[in-house]
Amino acid sequence: MHDGEEMKFWNSVAAIAWKDILSELRSREIITSVLVFGLLVLLVFNLVFDLSSDLMLIAAPGILWVAFAFSGVLALNRAFIPEKEEHCLEGLMGCPVGREAIYAGKALGSLFFMLLVEAVMLPVFALFFDINVFRPEFLVMTVLATVGFVAVGTIFSALAVNTRAREMVLPILFFPVVSPIIIAAVKASALSLAGQSWSDMTIWLAITIAFDIIYLTVPFLVFPFIVEE
Amino acid sequence: MNSAAENSSAPLAVETSGLVKSFGHYTALRGIDLQVPTGSTLAVFGPNGAGKTTLIKILASIMRPTSGKILIGGLELKDNAEMVRAKLGLVAHQSYLYGNLSAWENLDFYARMFGVEDRNSRIGEVLDLVSLTGRKHDRLATFSRGMQQRMALARALLHKPSILLLDEPETGLDQQALGAMWDIIRREETLKRTIIFTSHSFERALAVCDDVVILERGKIAFKSQRCTLSLDGLKQKYSECTTVKK
Amino acid sequence: MRARVFLMLSAVLVLATLAIDLLLIPSLAVTESEKLLIQFSPIFYWHIPVAWIALFAFLCVFIASIAYLVKRKPFWDIVATTSAELGVVFTTLFLLTGSIWAKYAWGTWWEWDARLTSSLVLWIIYVAYFLVRAYISSLEQRARFAAVFGILGFLDVPIVILTLFVSRQMHPGDAAFHLDKWQQMTALTVGVLAFTALYFALLFFVIHLREDASELARLKQSVEEKENE
Repeated sequence: MHDGEEMKFWNSVAAIAWKDILSELRSREIITSVLVFGLLVLLVFNLVFDLSSDLMLIAAPGILWVAFAFSGVLALNRAFIPEKEEHCLEGLMGCPVGREAIYAGKALGSLFFMLLVEAVMLPVFALFFDINVFRPEFLVMTVLATVGFVAVGTIFSALAVNTRAREMVLPILFFPVVSPIIIAAVKASALSLAGQSWSDMTIWLAITIAFDIIYLTVPFLVFPFIVEE
Repeated sequence: MNSAAENSSAPLAVETSGLVKSFGHYTALRGIDLQVPTGSTLAVFGPNGAGKTTLIKILASIMRPTSGKILIGGLELKDNAEMVRAKLGLVAHQSYLYGNLSAWENLDFYARMFGVEDRNSRIGEVLDLVSLTGRKHDRLATFSRGMQQRMALARALLHKPSILLLDEPETGLDQQALGAMWDIIRREETLKRTIIFTSHSFERALAVCDDVVILERGKIAFKSQRCTLSLDGLKQKYSECTTVKK
Repeated sequence: MRARVFLMLSAVLVLATLAIDLLLIPSLAVTESEKLLIQFSPIFYWHIPVAWIALFAFLCVFIASIAYLVKRKPFWDIVATTSAELGVVFTTLFLLTGSIWAKYAWGTWWEWDARLTSSLVLWIIYVAYFLVRAYISSLEQRARFAAVFGILGFLDVPIVILTLFVSRQMHPGDAAFHLDKWQQMTALTVGVLAFTALYFALLFFVIHLREDASELARLKQSVEEKENE
C-alpha cells in the first residue's frame, strides 16, 4: 500500500470506530447491558462460592474471565447489528476503501468498549474478591487477551449476524476458538496474583501474542469474503 | 485528482459487456451490454424482479458480478474498485444512514470515509442544497421518509461524484418532493455528471432522461434515445416487452 | 462402481486391523502393571490412528476451504463439508475409545486432561462448522461462510493443542512413541493405513453422491427455467 492509501485506510478505520463509539454514547445500549451482566456474573460467583481467601486467589482469575467472556459476547453480538438496519453495510461497502477497513474499524470500536467494561469491572472485582489486581503483568495480559478476543469475536460476529439465529450462534462459534487465550490469560493472571514475575509467564505471553497476531491478520484477509455478495 | 477532467476524457462513463449475475441456480442478469455516454442521463425501466436493483448494485461495486466486463470512466471495475467508488454516488432503497446520529454526524462520517476536502464547509453546502440546514443536529430517526430521502441524496452528493446511481428514488415521495429532488440533482450542474436511475414512473423519467432502457428478466428488452420516444410510445413498448409470452 | 469397491476394501482393512489387534496385542502384556498401559490394549491401535486421521480430515477442510474461496467451484465446498463430517465422526470415535479406555484403566468415563479436553474443543469447533451451514439459507453464502469458518477454525487447532498440553498434565504415558515390540509397530502402522484408506474411500464415495445430487438439482432448475420461458 502506498502512503496515501495507508492514510486513507487508517482514516476510514478511525472514522468507523468513532462512529460506533458516538452511536453507542447516544443509546448506551451495549455498555449498560454488558456492564450489568458482567457485574451480575461476578456477584453470582461470589454468592455461590464461599471460599477461603487462598482458594479465592486461585479461582479469582477464572471467575473474572468468565465474566469478561460472557459480557464480551454480548457486546460483540451487537457489533454488526447497526449495519444491518438501513442496510448501512452496503453504504460502507460503497466507500472508496478496502473491505478490510470495515473489519478493522469494527474491531477497534469493540476493543474500546470491552476495555471500557473491563476498566469498570476490575475495581469492582478487586472489591468483591479483596484482591489487588492492579499489577502491571495482570493488566498487560488482560489487554493482550482482550485484543485477541475482540479480533476473533468481530469476524465471527460478522458471520453470525448473517445467519438465521444470530445471537445464539456467536457463542458456539466463538468460545471454542478463543479458549486458548482465555486459558492463557487466566493462568498468567493467577501467576501474577501469586506474586510471580514476567519470566514465569513467558509461555502464556507467547501463546497470547501468537494468537493475537494470527487472529488479527487472517480475519483481515477473509473478511471481504463475508461481506461480498 | 481532477475527476472531472478524467471523466470527460472517457466518452463512456459506464460500459458493460456480457454482464451476468447468478445467485446459485437463479440468474438475475443474463448478459447486459450497456453504453452510457459521459454526461448523459439513463432511465432504466422494468417490472419487479427484472434485475434493476441488481444492476445498480453491481455498478456501485456493492455486489460482485458473476462474469462480464465493467468499465467505469474507462477503468475496469474489478481492478480499480476503490478508485471507481470515489467517483460514484449511490441513492438506494435504504438510506444507509444511522438513526442514532444526527444529520451532521452522519454526513461527517461519510465525508471522512470519502476523503472529502474541507469537510465542514462541504457538509454545510450539501445540507443547504437539500434544505435541511435547520435540522442538522437532529437525529436521523426523527426524520420523515421524504427527509431521509433528501439526506440520502445529500450523502450521495457529498464527494461530488461524477456518476450518480439512483435506485427507484421516487418511492415514498410525493410529486412536490420528487420535483425538488431532481432540482437538487440539476443544481450542481458544473460537473458533467452522468446519471443512471431506475424508475416505475414514465412521465417523470422521460422529462429528465436522455436515453431509455427496458429490462426484462435479466436482459435488455429495449433501448432507445429519448428524443425518438413519446410517452405513449414508451408505455406501449413497455407492455410489449413485459407481457408473458406463452 | 470403483468408489464402492474401494470402500469395501478399506472396510475390510479396518476389520483386519481389528483382527490383528485382538490376536497380537493382548499376549504382549506380561506384568499386571503393563496390562494397564494403553499401548498394551487393542483399543490403542484404533484410538491413535483415528486421532491422526481426524486431524488430517480437518487439514483437508482447511485446504478445501481456501480452494473454494479462490476457485469458487462447488466441488471444493463438497470436499470441505465431507471432510468436516468425517473429521467429526473420527473425533467422536477418538473420544469414545478414549472414554472406554479411561473407564477400564482409571475407573472414570472422562478425565479433563490435555488430550481429551483439546479433542473435545476441536470437536465443538467442527460441530460449529455445521451450525454455520445449518443456519444459512442461501447456498452460495453457506459455502462461502463455511469456508471462512473452516480456515479460522483450523488455525486454532495447533494453538488449542499446545495451550492445553502446557496447562494440563499429559495423558498418563504418552504411549504412541514408546513402542518396542514389532507387534505394536505393525498394529499401529496397519491401523494408520487402514483408517487412511477408509477416510479417502468414504471421502470419494460421499463426494460422488453429493456431486450427483448437485447435478440433479442443477438439471431440474434448468428444466424449470426452460418451461417458464
